[in-house]
Amino acid sequence: MAMSDETMTGAAAGPKKAAPVPKGRAAATGTNSALGQGVFLALLAVAVVLPFVLSGFKVFQMTQLMVYAIAILGLNLLTGINGQFSLGHGAFYAVGAYTAAIMMENLGIGYGWTLPVAGILCFVVGFLFGLPALRLEGIYLALATFALAVATPQFLKLTPFEEYTGGVQGIVIIKPDAPFGLDAVLNADQWLYFFTLVVGLFLYWLARNLVRSRTGRALMAIRDNPIAARSMGVNTSVYKATAFGISAMFTGVAGCLGAIVIQFVAPDSFTFALSVLILVGLVIGGVGWLPGALLGAAFVVFIPNVAEEISKGLAGAFYGFFLIAVIYLAPQGAGGLLRALAAKLSR
Amino acid sequence: MELFLQQIVAGVATGAIYACVALAVVMIYQAIHHLNFAQGEMAMFSTYIAWQMLQWGLPYWLVFPLVIAISFVGGFAIERIVFKPIENAPVLSHIVIFIALFAIFNSFAGFIWDFTIKSVPSPFGEGPLWAGAMIGKHQAGMIGVTLVVLALLWGFFTFTRVGLAMRAAAVNPESARLVGIRVSMMTALGWGMASAIGAVAGMLIAPVVFLEPNMMLSILLYGFAGAVLGGLTSPLGAVIGGFIVGVVENLAGTYIPVIGGELKLPIALFLIVAVLLVKPAGLLGRRVVQRV
Repeated sequence: MAMSDETMTGAAAGPKKAAPVPKGRAAATGTNSALGQGVFLALLAVAVVLPFVLSGFKVFQMTQLMVYAIAILGLNLLTGINGQFSLGHGAFYAVGAYTAAIMMENLGIGYGWTLPVAGILCFVVGFLFGLPALRLEGIYLALATFALAVATPQFLKLTPFEEYTGGVQGIVIIKPDAPFGLDAVLNADQWLYFFTLVVGLFLYWLARNLVRSRTGRALMAIRDNPIAARSMGVNTSVYKATAFGISAMFTGVAGCLGAIVIQFVAPDSFTFALSVLILVGLVIGGVGWLPGALLGAAFVVFIPNVAEEISKGLAGAFYGFFLIAVIYLAPQGAGGLLRALAAKLSR
Repeated sequence: MELFLQQIVAGVATGAIYACVALAVVMIYQAIHHLNFAQGEMAMFSTYIAWQMLQWGLPYWLVFPLVIAISFVGGFAIERIVFKPIENAPVLSHIVIFIALFAIFNSFAGFIWDFTIKSVPSPFGEGPLWAGAMIGKHQAGMIGVTLVVLALLWGFFTFTRVGLAMRAAAVNPESARLVGIRVSMMTALGWGMASAIGAVAGMLIAPVVFLEPNMMLSILLYGFAGAVLGGLTSPLGAVIGGFIVGVVENLAGTYIPVIGGELKLPIALFLIVAVLLVKPAGLLGRRVVQRV
């Protein structure tokens, strides 16, 4: 057949940049300036006071916001820092969530222990998925991860594992109370809020240091120019697979926290829509800008509510139009806008 | 043996749908070297339009070409309005826009026609093709339509000037532009055709799986698997790949006990990853060589 004779020539497949990334290292590594530190401390102060002034449901929502922020942070490490795509991070989130649920409800292990286990397990799963994905670039990696995301609910429904996963029914988790006599001061919602806050701060600190380290520089070098990075002696395959693992670990821990907060896991909570949600948060917050995860998470938690109020069932369309607007008007997301504003102010 | 043959026939019939979707995927890939993740949702939306027209009482064989035409214009318009301005944007921007379109179509379909399952009549009628036949009328119809679409495409690309121009624009945009081909118009045309083929696939599958906003997600995944298996640069390969995926899916579902009816989507995942690792160009595709 004549059509099959077509090949892509060099001209058609000229080198394309992998992702829109902010300029300069400081931008990519997050809060560096005095302004950044001031904002960070102010946010932290607000975060500590919030659960005492908000109602129970609002506290729950804020906890969920932080959970999504951690998941988005994970994807940002992969896409923003290392330049690899994933439409399938919902799968790692699911692995983390099921780890928490199975350990807590089937094995009776305390929720605190589920985090490191989920983290390590997701690192391994992510690393293993990252290995074959090494040979896939750009659009093919997006395809493989898309397939992963779509197939995830069916994996979770598998009959042989039904004994542990609860099949279609899923698993209900009992909400943990505050330990060490803190339950006199904090109710369960508030305790989970602070627990998530501390885990989130720790992970953010980890991510920031990773990006600033030698490893982080190697990851960014691979993103900006893989061939140059390789010729400089960077072992691209090891770094790319590791980036996948670390990214999956962050998202897995988020899934673990998410399961504890929502107190329920079921296969249909981890559909393609979840992966889309994490990607949306990343793009809105700003690809390659770590603090953007918080803004992205705020968007995905609160905007559906607003959209539902305007018109029921149109949240998805709202997401869609907003995404297109962001790509057109502010391709670097909220982070890019804020940086532009900060640059204007400090001039 | 009877069961085996039956499963193969059933596989070929479902494979026809995957082949159609794979064809649409390949059309877009030819035009812009991207995979359209919103392809399935666009097809779903076209199918809803068809359902609505049928509800209004229009005859099926009037609705069929009408919806194809509407989808063609729709796909063409999407390229002009949404993708033209970001032609040279990075890959991530394109993927994000595909996801955005996915969300928009899915959400609007649910909003306009709600989420209840609707049944769409088959134009080929119910029951087996002939008494005692293994293959149903609708299944035979699906296979027939897919082959007709493939033949039309082949004719279009081989014998018409526009088809030749589209091939030129896909193979070498620079040179094509120099000989006076409007390359960006060819891209839009590719989008329109992909959208039209998707509409055909949607209308054919709807009588089998019932119409609801999420019906195309898994079918799109199989379509991708078929396209990758056959080779993203080859329409014939995509059709062959689609048929193979359909047969493999059915046989694995029948003969591998763990898989049963429930592990069918992971098969698509394994197929995609395996093909991309072992033979990234697919069965009939050409290897993409990138000049550095």
